[in-house]
Formats: sequence, structure tokens, C-alpha cells
Amino acid sequence: MLAKRIIPCLDIKDNKVVKGINFESVKSAGDPVELAVSYNDDLADELMFLDITASFEKRKTLIELVKEISKNIFIPFSVGGGISDINDIRNLLNSGADKISINTSAVLNPDLIDEAAKKFGSSTIIIALDVKNIDGRYCVFTHGGRKNTNIDAIVWSKEVYNRGAGEILLTSMDMDGTKKGYDIKLTNLVAQNVKIPVIASGGASCAEDFENVFNEGLASAALAASIFHYKETNITAIKNYLRTKGIDVRI
Amino acid sequence: MNMISKALKIVIVDYGMGNLNNVKNSFNKIGFDSTITHDFHEIEKATHLVLPGVGGFKDAMKELKNKDLIQPIKDAVSNHNFVSFLGICLGMQLLFEHSEEFGNAEGLGILKGKVIKFDSDIVPIIPHVGWNDINIKKNRIKEFQNIENNSFFYFLHSYYCKPDDDTITAASCSYYETFTACVKKDNIFACQFHPEKSHDAGLALLKNFVS
Repeated sequence: MLAKRIIPCLDIKDNKVVKGINFESVKSAGDPVELAVSYNDDLADELMFLDITASFEKRKTLIELVKEISKNIFIPFSVGGGISDINDIRNLLNSGADKISINTSAVLNPDLIDEAAKKFGSSTIIIALDVKNIDGRYCVFTHGGRKNTNIDAIVWSKEVYNRGAGEILLTSMDMDGTKKGYDIKLTNLVAQNVKIPVIASGGASCAEDFENVFNEGLASAALAASIFHYKETNITAIKNYLRTKGIDVRI
Repeated sequence: MNMISKALKIVIVDYGMGNLNNVKNSFNKIGFDSTITHDFHEIEKATHLVLPGVGGFKDAMKELKNKDLIQPIKDAVSNHNFVSFLGICLGMQLLFEHSEEFGNAEGLGILKGKVIKFDSDIVPIIPHVGWNDINIKKNRIKEFQNIENNSFFYFLHSYYCKPDDDTITAASCSYYETFTACVKKDNIFACQFHPEKSHDAGLALLKNFVS
């Protein structure tokens, strides 16, 4: 059977792993390569590597860091943040990334999804959605959560799926950093409307949150950052718990 | 028994499809040097030839053709006694005769069979992405030494290989459909998953391949 995936996320700023509260200011949480290696050893199924300031500051993602990580870990990892065109995607894939996560650029230029999927294969292209509930409506935000596009998250999910995205990384801005659990309703809605894997993100605090987002949210994978970075729990412990609940995981 | 020792030379075929450094990094990790190249002189000297690949089948064949790599690969593979061949993901699919990807595309035709897409009526989520256990059919081949049945490997694909002769299937995988995860025929071993991304099990498989 296909295992549900647990994905630590490394939000990177100035070569350091950081994690914001609701996308705002940050505390330092460690060296990215060191953390990547420790997650590789702790049965992480994948790593997500997001250059959180890239799209705002128009900074290119840290190619050298990607190369360094790829020399040290032997599980898949994805890179996102500030990716604007086919060249950016190619450079990151050539530096060792397995998949590329695109957010703002896909909204600004949806044809990029088709082009990238055709060029590099759907399975290397993740479309990231930062979503916030505005008066009962799930809206897609861009520019690192700073700009409301007023695009409906379900409508956009279907479109990116139809254009050839291989996975959706779905971040609930409402839950992100709150440690109140994933947004189950949002995750379930998106997962029901596309036929590609949905990676849930934002709000994880304990093993039960993972159980809920897999069982009720229908997520294929769940992403978390701070609970792992600050060693509040570890991946192996969460997987042991999930296995007792009958959820397939790789141990 | 042939006691003539041969120097090990691992060559990773570079045909412009995806990142090959990850494969090289994995060989480094288990203590083996390797060369990434599209120079057929180098390919000729390989004792271990690796055809990786990420991306579209049609584009891959076009690149192999443009770089004049089709014949050197076929020559190396036909050198049963000297060359061990490893195909990874798209590099496995390319061995077959044709693929359904983006219309019908012709492959290398080294193995009989075709590459088909998961049936979306049966499989709710495509691509097949993540860690899936495999059912090892040929547990005595060198590539699976010390690898337990039902070990997890990392998959990332929407198409899979359907060999005409199912006896070349070395391992299968179940993801709504049951499909061929690995083939073994003579000096050819190929896997749909990514050993270079499959943590300890993957590194063990690569080590077996060069041993």
C-alpha cells in the first residue's frame, strides 16, 4: 500500500531555517543541512524547502544550499519560493531538487503550470495554495500570504489540476502557526475536488492532528515545521501512533 | 570461473532529462565514484551503466537520439558478460517498445512490452507519488540481497511498464492496480521507483547493483 507521508518543512531565510507565526516574524530554528540530515534519519518521507522571503524580495532561491542538501539526504525534497519561470525550475531541478513548488507565479501566469508539467513531467510540479477564510469564503493569497487574489481556493485547485499540476500543497493561513490542528474542512474540500495528492499544511501540534487530516481531511501527506524543529515531537513517534490507528505509514 | 578482475566503472547516462547528481550522490554515499556523461567513448568503458531520468518519454527519446546515445546504450546492454545495466524510473520505461505518454511514442525496444498510464477509472489519485512497499518475486537476484520483502521505496510516476513476458518481473507493486515495479533480464535490472531517493533500502539496492 501507499504510505501516508509526513513532510517536515524548512522555511528558509538568509540560509537559516525559520518559522513564522501566521507568516509573520520569525525565530531561528537551526542549520538547514543539519536539520535535513536529522529528518532523513528520523524517517521523514520527504522534505519541503521553502524560501519564504523569495517572492517578496525578488531573491532567487538558494541554489547552493539545495546542492548541499542533495549531497546529504537520500529522500525526496521539494523547493519553493520565488520561482518565476521555466529557467528557475530547471536550475533547481538540476541542483538536486526533486519537485518544485510554485505559488504566486502560477496565479500570475497559469500557463506556466502547463508548460512546466509538459517540460519536466507533472510529477515534478507542486502548486502551492495559501488559503485564508474571508467571510466564509476560502480565498487564495499570493506573495507570501500578503496579497488576496480573491480567487476561490476550490476553483483554483481544479484549474491547477486540469493544467497538469502533480500535487497541491495546501496551507491554511488561518491555522498556520496556531497549533490548533490542520484545517480539516478545507483539506477535505480540495481533496474531493482534484485527483492529485493534497499535502495539508498549517496548524499541526500532535499526532492526532495527523490522524485527522489523513482520515477526515483525505490528505495524502501532511506537512509541519515548528513541532519538528523544536523537537516537541518526532516523526517516528507520530508514525508509531498512526500505525496503531490503522493508517499506513513507512516505518 | 572467470578470475580476471575488472576495474569498476559506473557511468550515468546524461541525456538532459532531470538531475543526475542525485544518483551520483547516492553512489558517493555508498563509497563508489561515478561519471555523468553523454560521451559514447565513456559509455563504452562502463562496467555499470545507469540510465536515470525524470520527465516526458517522448522528449527523452528525442534527446537520446539527438545525442546519438541510442546505439551506444544498446551496445552496452547487449554486452551481457561485461556490463550491468540499471534503469531508473523513466530510464526503466525507455527500455520498452513504446509508451502511451503524450500520444504513442517509440522507445528503445530492448525489452518487449509497453508503457501505459494508470487507469483513472480505477486509480483515484494520479500520479502515484510516495512510499509504497514492493512484493519481491525474484528474491535471489543480487539486487535484492538483504532487502526484505515489502520494503518501502519511493515512487513518482503516472505511467508504468507492462512487459509482454511477465517472468521478467522481479518485483511488483500494488497501488489500486498491481504493476511491475522492477524487471530483471540477463544483465538488465530496472526499477520504477527511485533507489537514490529511497533512504536505506534504496542505498542497499544500489550497493547490490555494483557488488
